[in-house]
Amino acid sequence: MTSGAEPLLSVRDLVQEFVVRDYGGVKGGVVNAVSGVSFDVWPGETLGIVGETGSGKSTLARSVLQAPRPKSGAVVFRGADLVTLRGSSLLQARRHLQMVFQDPFGSLDPKWKVRDLVAEPLIAYRVGDRAARRRRVEAVLELVGLDPAGHGGRRPRELSGGQAQRVAIARALAIEPAMIICDEPVSSLDVLIQAQVLNLFEQLRAELRLSYLFIAHDLALVKQVSDRVAVMYLGKLCEVGPGEAVYRQPLHPYTRALLDSVPGAATARPAAIRGEPPSPVHPPSGCRFRTRCPRAEQRCADEEPAMRELATGHSVACHFPLVPVAEVTVRSEERIGETPR
Amino acid sequence: MNRVSTASGPLLEVENLRVSFPGRRSELRAVNGMSYSLYPQRTLAIVGESGSGKTVSCRALMGLLPQAAVVTGSARFRGVELLGLTDDEMRRHRGTNIAMVFQDPSRSLNPTMKVGNQIAEAVRVHQRVSKAEAGQQAIELLRLVHIPVPGRRFHEYPHQLSGGMRQRVMIAIALACRPKLLIADEATTALDVTTQAQIMDLLLELQAELGMTLMLISHDLGLARSCADEVIVMYAGQIVEQASTPQLFARVRMPYTQALFEAIPRLERPSHAPLPVIGGRPPDLSALPAGCSFAPRCRRAADDCRATTPPLAEHEPGHRWACWHPIETPVA
Repeated sequence: MTSGAEPLLSVRDLVQEFVVRDYGGVKGGVVNAVSGVSFDVWPGETLGIVGETGSGKSTLARSVLQAPRPKSGAVVFRGADLVTLRGSSLLQARRHLQMVFQDPFGSLDPKWKVRDLVAEPLIAYRVGDRAARRRRVEAVLELVGLDPAGHGGRRPRELSGGQAQRVAIARALAIEPAMIICDEPVSSLDVLIQAQVLNLFEQLRAELRLSYLFIAHDLALVKQVSDRVAVMYLGKLCEVGPGEAVYRQPLHPYTRALLDSVPGAATARPAAIRGEPPSPVHPPSGCRFRTRCPRAEQRCADEEPAMRELATGHSVACHFPLVPVAEVTVRSEERIGETPR
Repeated sequence: MNRVSTASGPLLEVENLRVSFPGRRSELRAVNGMSYSLYPQRTLAIVGESGSGKTVSCRALMGLLPQAAVVTGSARFRGVELLGLTDDEMRRHRGTNIAMVFQDPSRSLNPTMKVGNQIAEAVRVHQRVSKAEAGQQAIELLRLVHIPVPGRRFHEYPHQLSGGMRQRVMIAIALACRPKLLIADEATTALDVTTQAQIMDLLLELQAELGMTLMLISHDLGLARSCADEVIVMYAGQIVEQASTPQLFARVRMPYTQALFEAIPRLERPSHAPLPVIGGRPPDLSALPAGCSFAPRCRRAADDCRATTPPLAEHEPGHRWACWHPIETPVA
């Protein structure tokens, strides 16, 4: 869905690093949490980001929101580069970019009533008067499927997980954002409740023409809600493309490995990839996936693969993508023969 | 997956297991009459939502429930009744006969103790061996669960290991006395998808190698489908459907199982297609409705569902379900 002349959110070469301190505050190393990530989100589109724990997907989300500020890179949202903005201009620019977190009970103040929680962003942005705010709170609660009279007076602990997450969504929607960043928004919910909340996200998207940056570790879940999917590994994107294409014909060996690891396929599963992700303090040279990749060669260690577009809108950062391109056709086929499967 | 003949008699026979927690005003009935048999070297998956009683029913077998719990019924392990054993007798069962792996390895391991010593400790609780000998066995166990360089890992603390490694250590501890039955309670839920696949492969491999019986407790029907021989679906403390895995997925009969199955986003589904959902929430376990406990949320519910509880009966050979109006058409 590439409607609209320019992207709503455009992220370029985003880098976020954290310094690890050893005993006595000595600099122990640098965690390369996000290393040069670029992507666009178009109006009305959902971009899904999948990756394992520690791949930097949550850090990416927070860096986009400038909380904390990224080390370098550009985050252009509705024409303004958030990285260069300060104070009230940042606050105003960020108004249309809201976030929903994983654990609603951790993100909602347990002492507040639901209607006050939902009204807080309106007060923060000085929207309307008291009566207008109350009307808005009621409208938003209705929108997410809660009863303003019944649920409005409750406190978070009196709600179920699904209801609490609806409150968190209502809070994000209150000031009419153009885009919501969702970081594992349904991971803490039971399957049946999860399905209800996922359907709510879809319904809101259609009704309000929202864009989502949807972050999750569950591939099937990301496919369910996304137009385009980006796969993240150790602080870098390794594949970006239309959801259906990425899942039907993955180009990056890591995407293939992730897909193969999903349980529940009716047929027997192929062998899982070996080992565990390396430490982001000492990422491997060249391609960061090479230490676990069945197709890795010397070139992967020497040279970092650049993101290149192999099909329309479908890009991969790999020297030896799974679908052979003219240049690497012969070598890829040779490799397949050797790869233990 | 093992296809072993079921002629040798069940390893575990559970009959009318009930667990309740008496409260001041009402009692919370967590497990309401559960009966099943588990045969040696088979893999059984118990699937259900949070609060369906799957964990409580397994903890009852291990004698791991709080004092307040009232457990009735019968659970025989190779003919020996497990319920009502004294603490001492139960301790002899745990580890050697039944062992358990829990969901969160970082909370089950002692953060101030080297992982090797934690495994050696489990060895020494059940065997009269010297410390050095137990240490040797611990290294063997680390090797068994495929931890690279076990000699070095022995001396590391839990925080130095990744989540997948820690879960491997937990499995090593559970295997210390070569249990006949291993219960994995959401053992892979907290792990990443690639690590989850590795741990499941390890469990199935160890099962074949050591001739263990495996019980997987999970909320994930997909996991059950790819790893288990037999599946039990629980709702509100009761078994609502039970069959061998191929039989169950060929033809789901209980509307709840179907709802659970359809609500999972799957890779085969097109993007943005609305998920079929059912409204409502699981019933309050301290005030269960009359009749079928799923009836208030069920689209097929009729008056008889709300009046009488459907019994769990074997309607087809090997396929048990508790429903008055089962689904007739096969699921896609």
